[in-house]
Amino acid sequence: MARTVSTPAVSTARERVPKRATPTRGATGRTRGWRADLAGLSFVIPFLIAYGIFLVWPVIQGFRMSLFNWSLTGSGTTDFMGFANYRETFQDPNFWSSLWHTLLFTLLSTPPLVILSLLFALLANRAVPARWLYRLAFFSPYLLPSSVVALIWVWMYQPGFGLINGYLMRLGLGEIAWLSDPDVAMISIAITTVWWTIGFNFVLYLAGLQEIPQDIYEAAAIDGATGLEQVRSITLPLLARTTTLILVLQVLASLKVFDQIFLMTNGGPNFSTRPVIQYIYEQGFTTYRVGYASAMSYAFFLLILVVSLVQFTLLNRRRGGVDG
Amino acid sequence: MASQVNQQVAAPGAGLNARTADPDVPKSPKQGQGRIGNWIATGLLILFAALWFLPLAWAVATALKPEAETTDIPVKWIASKVTLEAFQSVLNAGNLPRWYFNSALTSLAITVITVLLGSLAAFGFSRARFRGRNVLFWFVLAGIMVPGQILIVPLFTQMQAFRMVDTYWGIILPQVASPIAVFIFKQFFDGIPRDLEEAATLDGASRLRVYWQIWMPLSRSAIAAVSIFTFVAAWNNFLWPFIVITNPDMMTLPVGLSQVQTAYGIRYAQIMASAVLGGLPLLVVFLFFQRQIVQGIAGTGIKG
Repeated sequence: MARTVSTPAVSTARERVPKRATPTRGATGRTRGWRADLAGLSFVIPFLIAYGIFLVWPVIQGFRMSLFNWSLTGSGTTDFMGFANYRETFQDPNFWSSLWHTLLFTLLSTPPLVILSLLFALLANRAVPARWLYRLAFFSPYLLPSSVVALIWVWMYQPGFGLINGYLMRLGLGEIAWLSDPDVAMISIAITTVWWTIGFNFVLYLAGLQEIPQDIYEAAAIDGATGLEQVRSITLPLLARTTTLILVLQVLASLKVFDQIFLMTNGGPNFSTRPVIQYIYEQGFTTYRVGYASAMSYAFFLLILVVSLVQFTLLNRRRGGVDG
Repeated sequence: MASQVNQQVAAPGAGLNARTADPDVPKSPKQGQGRIGNWIATGLLILFAALWFLPLAWAVATALKPEAETTDIPVKWIASKVTLEAFQSVLNAGNLPRWYFNSALTSLAITVITVLLGSLAAFGFSRARFRGRNVLFWFVLAGIMVPGQILIVPLFTQMQAFRMVDTYWGIILPQVASPIAVFIFKQFFDGIPRDLEEAATLDGASRLRVYWQIWMPLSRSAIAAVSIFTFVAAWNNFLWPFIVITNPDMMTLPVGLSQVQTAYGIRYAQIMASAVLGGLPLLVVFLFFQRQIVQGIAGTGIKG
């Protein structure tokens, strides 16, 4: 049955087996089972090799590294130190402050990224002309590499001759030190991020809106519901699942922030925007303490896992609630 | 077919059909939404769209100025003359063409290998029977939870051991094992009727031929979705190529462009010309494949 697999080893085995195998049911079954296993596995094995080498092994290796005083320059496994790297992580004020910056960025970027994208999608889902134009406007920044976004926005935020400050001055308002004031820098990065990535949520919301059957609105209109009432009592509840999905994806993406901060402020001014991934990167690749960097990676991984498990539980409950 | 296919690919929600976000479809006027409301909506949309285009327009405007006039106060959009000098000097003097090539080569290789490995594995998980199949599948799915960012340190030491630092393979290989690609292909394959495969098997076709001659042609929309998000993610990936590459000749576009600010100092016209040229390839691709890209992203819900 299983005429498969082009490896010579298997095909010779197949030719030999029928001659030797006793015709008892058990033996044939076992042989066939073994051969079918191999035939099926052979499809999966190429992926599993890549997966094992480039994902599973680094996960294991990272944990091993975190248990040693491992340095990128010196030898690796000479100095076993148990969980000392983890203890240091939890006592390191720089770890906590960078973790706080990551959370602050998540808190600043998530609400506008969810609410504005919903607003844009609600507007664009009406009978408006030139829809392609809005999609182009909101979505195209999403396709830009982070370094292009950083170049453009650092230029936008320039003091004096930067576009934003130039207009502020023309309006008679004071300049804002967008990237050099520690109290403002993270807000500026959040603004850039909203501009850069809102297209993704916009597209998901638009897809969700198209799923809502038209006749529900028609029925509501017959009952005399106005446009805003329809949005509140039909659209938003029926979009709940899409909203939860967008929220889950957004929080996870925001927690992994690195590129735009690293490229726009390099974590400054005075480390006031440095996110946790940048601190891990610096420990690993500028001070070469890869053991310590691995321990922090694992602590952060645990946080991400907890957040995603909580969110997926919420997502499933929400899904059950809407369908059932 | 197309709509059915997209429903199946729509993995974590956000179902999608062929109409979705399609500009060519006539809009159905919604009950209870008056004409005035539509005018207000149009006005707001145009305002926001203009706001969203502004940074890109400013980048282009700056790139078209003579270098000496980029820092004039008060700011103005058009200088005394419009010139392509900045583009010329960036293309002639810089590494930009080389970075284009590196990005195109590595992103294409990553996409092709990801699609091949992912679809083969998904075919095995969906259609072959072998012991431990479900356990293995869950083992692969668990990989979705692992953020790539936390692997940079062990992956880098691994690349050192493999002598792949500063090579194309060093960029490519760590990006090809995508559990999400397996998941999407499996979802898709599970929706293909079994009769097709049985008919082919009776004809004596091997499993590998069934996969290649029947499954792959049927799976064009899934292949398109996986290819698009893989290519965009690989093209725009910054962190990993930044870590594994130090030689400017081997840099990908995003990594090379991150060095431009320091290389060009305060020559803003040249910096903006690099930024515009760096953003252009995917924007052009987007103009041609708008529908596929939007559907691929909305249908799979995969965030880079």
